[in-house]
Amino acid sequence: MELKPLVFYVFALLTIGSAVIVVTVRNIVHAAFSLMVTLFSIAGLYVFLQADFLAATQVIVYVGGILVLILFGVMMTSGRLDMKLKMERGQLFWGGLVTILIFALLLGVIRRTPWNVQEELGTVEGTTAQIGKAILQSEFLLPFEVASVILLIALIGAVLISRKEVREDE
Amino acid sequence: MLPVFQQFVQNPFPEFFAQAGSENLSQLVLEFLRSHVPFLATLPDPVLQLIAMLAVCVIFVAVVPLLPLFLVLAERKVSAHIQDRVGPMRVGPHGVLQTLADGVKLIFKEDHIPRQGDKILFIVAPYIIFACSFAVFAAIPFGKSILVSNLNIGIFYIMAISSVVVIGVIMAGWASNSKWSLLGALRSAAQIVSYEIPIGLSILAVVMLVESLKMQDIVMNQGGLGILSWIVFRTPFTFIAFFVFFISAIAEVNRTPFDLPEAESELVAGFHTEYSGMRFALFFIAEYANMFAVSAIAATLFLGGWKGIIPGYEFLGGTPGFVIKTMLLVFVMMWIRWTLPRLRVDQLMNLCWKYLIPISFFNILGIGIWVLIFQNDRNPAHIGISLLIIILGIIGAYLVLGKRSSQSPAPRASSA
Repeated sequence: MELKPLVFYVFALLTIGSAVIVVTVRNIVHAAFSLMVTLFSIAGLYVFLQADFLAATQVIVYVGGILVLILFGVMMTSGRLDMKLKMERGQLFWGGLVTILIFALLLGVIRRTPWNVQEELGTVEGTTAQIGKAILQSEFLLPFEVASVILLIALIGAVLISRKEVREDE
Repeated sequence: MLPVFQQFVQNPFPEFFAQAGSENLSQLVLEFLRSHVPFLATLPDPVLQLIAMLAVCVIFVAVVPLLPLFLVLAERKVSAHIQDRVGPMRVGPHGVLQTLADGVKLIFKEDHIPRQGDKILFIVAPYIIFACSFAVFAAIPFGKSILVSNLNIGIFYIMAISSVVVIGVIMAGWASNSKWSLLGALRSAAQIVSYEIPIGLSILAVVMLVESLKMQDIVMNQGGLGILSWIVFRTPFTFIAFFVFFISAIAEVNRTPFDLPEAESELVAGFHTEYSGMRFALFFIAEYANMFAVSAIAATLFLGGWKGIIPGYEFLGGTPGFVIKTMLLVFVMMWIRWTLPRLRVDQLMNLCWKYLIPISFFNILGIGIWVLIFQNDRNPAHIGISLLIIILGIIGAYLVLGKRSSQSPAPRASSA
């Protein structure tokens, strides 16, 4: 299939291009919407790794959940929606330095990791059953349950912070 | 019945429908092109596959906008007859061409973009909503092989894609730079995000029973016993889940009684207040396509999909039956819209968080216990038990709720 690499590069380009827009654009709302393209393209890349369940989860959690939260935060907290983000001269230097260092670190890790290279599978089998078995029938059960308890604690904390103060005298 | 007639009814175009191994539309078209269009068969395989995929896309992009054309007229006629009017009568016999005339009008209208608005986002927003509403149709099985793609994660994909619509709504509301639009968009987003939870949980109830996310597996699981093997009747809990799903679906597509995002008396038209011409038409088409899509999903998940009422007998491959089921659900949506008044914001959120979500959790627990006890083997005896519980439950609910409503009019909670 000659089509696959082409589609892959389109997704890769979309991911990187929209990510660049997220950090360079001056309008914070545009940055948030550009993040949508990034998150969506990453879901597309997951599909290329034959991780279909993960791709859909990425879209539900990040685009349908976290991005909406970000947009709500941007729109409801800052009084000025058209807040212009500007970069100072010094930031460019230090930011660039940190970026290059992190990039070098990541590149080193990527080059040294022994990747599991596999021949392309003919038909895509669902990964849902494998994920379910991995969570419920193996040593991942305990971390999974602990994570859910942590989320529950976070939820209760959020309710506690955001609840209305009930006065006794009313 | 004559065997020839029966054969035609079940499989009208054997050379088209009975392609070996074709389980989705693009494969079907591919096989058809290979065997019937000689000059295309010489092309290399990827190109032919691409042509087949594009052909399927064209079919859907051509057919899906026709649905609103019909549904808008149906809505106007249904509403008219509910309110003792006749509805549009002027264009064509009984006004059947009214929507077409409206469409032509919308095409010729001025395409107005607010000068103070955000031009790029204003233009992009309708396409996001439109594209997401269309993408849902890719996973809906209209028949045994009338399906764009039988995805491994079928129903999960539908949930994922429909959760993106929120972004388009917020984008449209923000880009319009109008308070009506922004308020409408925020209301709509809060509502869609909230009601996604009961939808997801009631879908989970079905998935627990079927043990697969594939849409076609969910349909296949409902065959064998005809109407009795439909998931809605299989357990008392899926019966409840169906209603939770349908109520939440009405809220998800922003229709009355949950149409607060576009409450005319408060917000003009909600997030699409500033849109005009064809851009408005895109929202309109998407809204009606969504309505059809959620009804089709409800029909697939709970009402047997393209499987028929009588076991093993699907008229024309089951597609007409499926469309009828879907249209019935769409009709119920219209009926509800023109019968019930709009909810308040606090009532809307109470309904979701205090009633639908706890009921859904109870459902999931119940389904788990049911599958543990009865093993989901589609045993007629077990379905009988389920039907008995459902009927007793309905009678019980009627007695309890009927008693409550026959008492003196419910005293309004004094808020002061």
